[in-house]
Amino acid sequence: MKLHEHQGKELLKKYGVSVPRGKVAFSIEEAVAAAKELSGKAVVKAQIHAGGRGKGGGVKVAKNLEEARAYTSQILGMTLITHQTGPQGKKVGRLLIEEVTDISRELYLGLTLDRSLGRLTLIASAEGGMEIEEVAKDHPEKILKETIDPVAGLLPLQTSRIARCFGLSGKLEADFGQFSQALYKAYLEIDASMLEINPLVVTTAEQLIALDAKITIDDNAMYRHPELESWRDLSEEDPAELEAKKFNLNYVSLDGTIGCMVNGAGLAMATMDIIKLHGGSPANFLDVGGSATKETVSEAFKIILRDPKVKAILVNIFGGIMKCDVVAEGIVAAARELKIHVPLVVRLKGTNVERGREILSNSGMKIIPADGLAEAASSVVRAI
Amino acid sequence: MSIWVDKNTKLIVQGITGSHGKFHALGCRDYGTNVVGGVTPGKGGQNVEGIPVFNSVFEAREKIGANATMIFVPAKFAAEAVREAMAVGIELIVCITEGIPTLDMVKVKRELQGKPVRLIGPNCPGIISPGQCKIGIMPGSIHKPGHVGVVSRSGTLTYEAVDQLTNLGLGQSTCVGIGGDPVPGTKFIDCLRAFEADSQTHAVVMIGEIGGTDEEEAAEFVKREMKKPVVGFIAGQTAPPGKRMGHAGAIIAGGKGTAAEKIEKFRSCGVHVAMSPADIGSTLKQTLS
Repeated sequence: MKLHEHQGKELLKKYGVSVPRGKVAFSIEEAVAAAKELSGKAVVKAQIHAGGRGKGGGVKVAKNLEEARAYTSQILGMTLITHQTGPQGKKVGRLLIEEVTDISRELYLGLTLDRSLGRLTLIASAEGGMEIEEVAKDHPEKILKETIDPVAGLLPLQTSRIARCFGLSGKLEADFGQFSQALYKAYLEIDASMLEINPLVVTTAEQLIALDAKITIDDNAMYRHPELESWRDLSEEDPAELEAKKFNLNYVSLDGTIGCMVNGAGLAMATMDIIKLHGGSPANFLDVGGSATKETVSEAFKIILRDPKVKAILVNIFGGIMKCDVVAEGIVAAARELKIHVPLVVRLKGTNVERGREILSNSGMKIIPADGLAEAASSVVRAI
Repeated sequence: MSIWVDKNTKLIVQGITGSHGKFHALGCRDYGTNVVGGVTPGKGGQNVEGIPVFNSVFEAREKIGANATMIFVPAKFAAEAVREAMAVGIELIVCITEGIPTLDMVKVKRELQGKPVRLIGPNCPGIISPGQCKIGIMPGSIHKPGHVGVVSRSGTLTYEAVDQLTNLGLGQSTCVGIGGDPVPGTKFIDCLRAFEADSQTHAVVMIGEIGGTDEEEAAEFVKREMKKPVVGFIAGQTAPPGKRMGHAGAIIAGGKGTAAEKIEKFRSCGVHVAMSPADIGSTLKQTLS
């Protein structure tokens, strides 16, 4: 689950991380009131789950209350397009109104999992404010990394090493150590999977302040953090994906025209790939899971059919634990209830496949059967 | 030979009284695996269709001498279940459970360091040496004993590949599903090293997917240390960045982990790439001829 900047900052504050004074606002009135508390001199920041907001026009610095009002009404409700939102952009539903910070230097500090080592890594760069991926690509030498042993924790010598590379000394070096430790503690306690401060600012008064905070929580650990559940911003999530989650289906909507229903994430991805290889394009990723019932199969169909782009459907099931006859019953039930108006290609393999095929052929439905994976893909592409 | 599991494997099942645990414990036994017991705290003394249940792994190990375990306990308790098996010296731990918090696995992985224990998974289908021993949830019937080693991050896609191999008359030495999580106990490299050393294995199929850089590291290993031919496939060529494709580990993040990068790396390291998932078996057959 991704957090908004204002939520991330609220969390980090509890761990002793300094953040600018600010308030979240859902309306122009709230935003103006918040700006008033800061005597009108305020930063107006769009809150969406994507980076690159500044470049897209979602962050403005107001010198007085009139400007704050003008920026607020300009940004709130706008569709913000950044390199991370995709061309359709994201609608801004909330703002963060913050005091202006006097910046001396901008640094980058992040914490995430180094998958090749299976350990957390503190990532730092003196090139704050920039896209860290760009820096990593063009100037890998400017990225500093410290791998953290989960038993020893983040060591003072590790944070000092980074501080010295930044040219921070004395009190700032110590402050940087504390700042990093606070991030590490927060990361562990909230089960983050990514935590990024970009930029981490050294102010003209020589203080370290998190000017931005990007945090993602590990979905698998959400059961340990029921208090964070209320922070979920449903407007940031795809309604079809939310609906799918209710039925334990894994659904991701894509841009193509062929709806896919598959069991298993790897096979679902491979099915998308083979559709592409045969000249088609997948409308979605959908994994019905290992223990789908007649009902879940039926729900999966509903979700696929709700997408108006879908011109044909490919069902690809390799029955292991899941039985092909159960899938076939689900398909027939869904077809009766929903009137499937697009061509349907079904490929069943594995456990109880004969019974599954029998159920489909006895149903009187117009189904294009396929035996192999390649045959299934070419049939569905031709069916459009 | 085969790798890690064979006729001598004595298996217990942690979480055997749950519906999945029971179903697959019996499935493994039906396949011919020597399932010697199960563990569910508080249910010691019961039995599941003749398989004795113990209160702890310690008790099971002491009374029946198991050397492998298959874990089905819920995600909340799974890391602890792995620790319990590790603590009493079970040599092979296969964790099927899906949805374990990543930070739990970071700790477990650190605790495994330097211990003579192999963890496969979590979030994996398990391991099978056809005709000898099955520990996991894969359909045994599609497998056939032979000389191809299979290693994969996926479940059903592995079945697809195995099915293709079997239909072409190519049996398997051992098939390992290492799972779709970001911090797996066993990685591609571990399996490749074991397959290279295994006399029964003549060639290897490696099925990866988007996310992380394990496939890249595995490719380097193939180039550096392997003489046996390796066929590779990467799922997720059409996956968009930033979207988690089912598996917690299958996500293109920070511009890293794309299928294109992995395929390129495979090629440059001499791995025979199947571009279509329908061609995994046939690509392997070609490399052998």
